[in-house]
Parts: sequence; structure tokens; C-alpha cells
Amino acid sequence: MDAIDTVTRNHVRDIIKGGRRLDGRGLTDFRNIRIETGLIQNAEGSAQVDIGNTRVLAGVKLDVDEPMEDTPDQGNLIMSAELLPLASEKYETGPPSPDAIEFARVVDRGIRHGECFDLKSLFIEEGKVWGLFVDLYVLNYDGNLFDAGLLAAMSAIAGTRIPKYVNGKADREDRTARLSIRNMVSSATFAKIGKSIVLDPSGDEEKAADCRLTIATDGETVRAMQKGGMGAFTQKEIDELIGVSLNKHSGLKDMMTRAQV
Amino acid sequence: MASSSNKPELIVNGRRLDGRGFDELRTIKIVASPLKNAAGSAYIEWGNNKILAAVYGPREATPRHFAESTRAIIKCRYAMAPFSGLSEHGRSGPNRRAIEIAKVTKEVFENVVMLNEYPGSQIDLFIEVLQSDGGTRAAGITAAAVAFAASGIPMRDLPYAVSVGRIGDEVALDFTMIEDNYADSDMPMAIAPRNNDVLLLQMDGKLTREQLSKAVSMAIGAGKGISEIQKNALREAYERSSK
Repeated sequence: MDAIDTVTRNHVRDIIKGGRRLDGRGLTDFRNIRIETGLIQNAEGSAQVDIGNTRVLAGVKLDVDEPMEDTPDQGNLIMSAELLPLASEKYETGPPSPDAIEFARVVDRGIRHGECFDLKSLFIEEGKVWGLFVDLYVLNYDGNLFDAGLLAAMSAIAGTRIPKYVNGKADREDRTARLSIRNMVSSATFAKIGKSIVLDPSGDEEKAADCRLTIATDGETVRAMQKGGMGAFTQKEIDELIGVSLNKHSGLKDMMTRAQV
Repeated sequence: MASSSNKPELIVNGRRLDGRGFDELRTIKIVASPLKNAAGSAYIEWGNNKILAAVYGPREATPRHFAESTRAIIKCRYAMAPFSGLSEHGRSGPNRRAIEIAKVTKEVFENVVMLNEYPGSQIDLFIEVLQSDGGTRAAGITAAAVAFAASGIPMRDLPYAVSVGRIGDEVALDFTMIEDNYADSDMPMAIAPRNNDVLLLQMDGKLTREQLSKAVSMAIGAGKGISEIQKNALREAYERSSK
């Protein structure tokens, strides 16, 4: 951690001790969220999400694929993430970092265990299924990638159109069939900073945080969780944060629904 | 969690496939300090899981730009041996799942190890899964805590880990591989028992707020027994070495 990070960290921690945040938000407020879908016409589905200055673009591609051995009647969901060097001075080129892998896997678990679509609907014929590839491109980093990533992936998947299958290949000229969506999930990520806990941490708040907790729900039940960082949460805190996450879902779901073209 | 159509019955006559009750752990055996070269090590058999954990260091952090001027850094490797599973020959070395597990495992020990004692240095934690049967990250962390303690590096607490989750309507403790594959929810946790601080928490599947609360309580409830086994292993190692 360099000197300027230490100064930022101390500043954020001092302010939060007084129950306030750097940007004046309430402790359980999101920053402004903007969702735009369909930007990438060549993709089968796409969505760009801004949470404050954090920007994540999700692109969906469907390729003719072979099913996994243990699920011959299901398509495949493959989620990857790139922390692009253009998104932050902290990101470097090279193979995926543990942070990038964790990011992709947590978003994957939200979508998969949220049962957002039926993988069986991606079955084509014996030995042939659709592989649904979701790539999360981080374009600008200012904290809370996880919530932006899940909103982007969910919104992109919700607008995905399936190419026609012709002679063993995908005909992308004809993409009229829609992927049928069964459930919508969203997540809420919290950062614990000293004794305070805040929703949707900014980049500076993440620098100051002891740990974070991401909770993905469909408003009724919890579908995925991930704690990160060296700090600790108590049982009571976890229960309260689940309550907040369940309450935040309907607003986020409305935003995703409205963003569909 | 495979949502396969040929899902086996996981609960027969109110009991689990291996005869355990819902809040019952598998048999856990830990041997502290089995490896000579490591600063600290532990071998754990947790049900059919067989896992080695070793700690090296503190030593100079490499490359140098990874070093922190105020504390030691921890590097963690978690990997499953190519022969460790029941299915085909695996690829050697860490895959994406393993890299994520190593990251969250490292964070557990960053919390409890007194890193400020060793500025500029690194401590390596290696977890090698030799045989797997569900819950390897929990068993690996439980063993790693013993390896750290055996190394003599000062710690604030001796964490343990265990998985909880849901099978049908039942919240249950410590899934085997087959339960893990077909359960409705899985939630590995690592806990520092002094204040029941939650240091690792991952979850997937589907749980209500009430089920989740019950599962966390079950993981905390299992802690006393696991901690006792960890401490006994350390005690036995000291007795062996003082003979």
C-alpha cells in the first residue's frame, strides 16, 4: 500500500466513524445505477452497468458446444471476467488474477443458483448444446464490481437471443428466439470499515475496508454469498445484511426489467 | 451442484447415507508436524478426505515488490492431486476453483496470524488434497490452522472450518461429496472460535433467512468438537517431540 492509499484509507475511516460517507450517501444507499442493454449488436446479448463511476460491460455469446459428461441434456454456462488495464492503474496485463477469477465465479454462482434460466433449454440435439459464454469486461473501476457484474450479466442474459441452429452451426443472421428467463437475481455488497458497514463501497471505501460480504438474492431467498478480505463478520451482522439485501432486490429488478429493449 | 435427473435419495428413514444425523460431523483425525522440512505442518483425515497442509517461513518476500513494509504477506496454494477424486485423472496444479479457494483461505489466516511481527516477509501456506470426499476447503483450513500453530508463528486464534447447507427441508452439517453434489445448498464457513468471528463465508444454492441463520448456528455449534481435535493434535506433537 503506497502513501496516498494510506492517507485515503485513514480519511475514509475517520469520516465513517462519524456515521457519514465520503460522498454523503446513507450507509445502505447505492450510488446512481444506470443499465443499458443491447450496445453490442454482434453479441447475442449485452448490457453495460454503471454504479457510480464503476462500469462493467457484459457480453453474451452462444456457440454450438458439446455437453458436459454428467449433464448430457443441458447447455453450458461459462462465465469469465477481465480486469482490463484500461480500467484502473492497479490492473495489469497477464493471466487472470485471483481477484478476477473470484469475481467471475461469484457472479456465475448468482446466475446459476438463482436458476435464472433453464440450462436444459439450451439443449439442441444428442451431443450438441449451446454454450452460453458471458464475458464481464471491467471498463472503469471505482469499487463494488460484484454488484455491477451481476446486474450486467443478468441484464445481458435477460435480453439474449438464440441463433438458429442450421446443419450443426449457429446461424447468427437469424436470432429471433429469446432465451426464456425464469428468475431474476441481484446482489448487494457490503464493506465493513472499522465498526461500520456500508452498502455499495466505492473504490476509496474498498481501500479502507476490513472485509466485504456479497449476498445474491431473488427477493425471497438467498442464492449465493461470498465474503472477502481479512476482517470478520458476526452472526448478527450477517443476518441483518441478508435482511437489507432481500429488501434491495425489487428496486434492482425493476431497473433491469426497464432496461430491456 | 449438479441438477442431474438421477439424483439419489440423500435421506433414508431420517438418516443420511452414511448413517449420520443432521448435525453430526464425520470422524476427524489430525496429526500435527508430519513433515520435517516445513516450519509447521498438519495431516488431516476428515471422513475420506486426506489432506496435507504446510507452512514455510517467515522468509524474505519475493518478488520484492510484493513485500509490505508494515507486515508479512501470506501466499497460499490449494491444489487437488490428479488422483484425488473418484472421476477421471485430473489436471495437476490449481484450476480456477482452486485459485479462488486459495484466495479466501489466505484471507482467513491474514486475520488470525500476527503479521505485524514480520514486516517485509512472506509466509507460504500449501494445501495439497491427496484424496477428496467433499468439504476439502474446510478440512484444508482446519489442518492449515494446526500447521500454523505448529510453526510457532504467533496467532490471535486457532480457526476451524466446516461446511453447512440444506438437503431437502433439512439444514445439515459437513457434506460428503455425494451430498455436496446433490444438496440444495452448500455453505462453507471458517470461524475464529474466541468470538465466533466469521472469517470465510461462501454459499450457493437456495436458503431462506431462517434456514441460513440455523446453518450458521450449526457451524458454530460444531466448532467446539473440531477445536478440541486440533488442540489434541498439537498437544500430541509436543509430547512426541519432548520425549
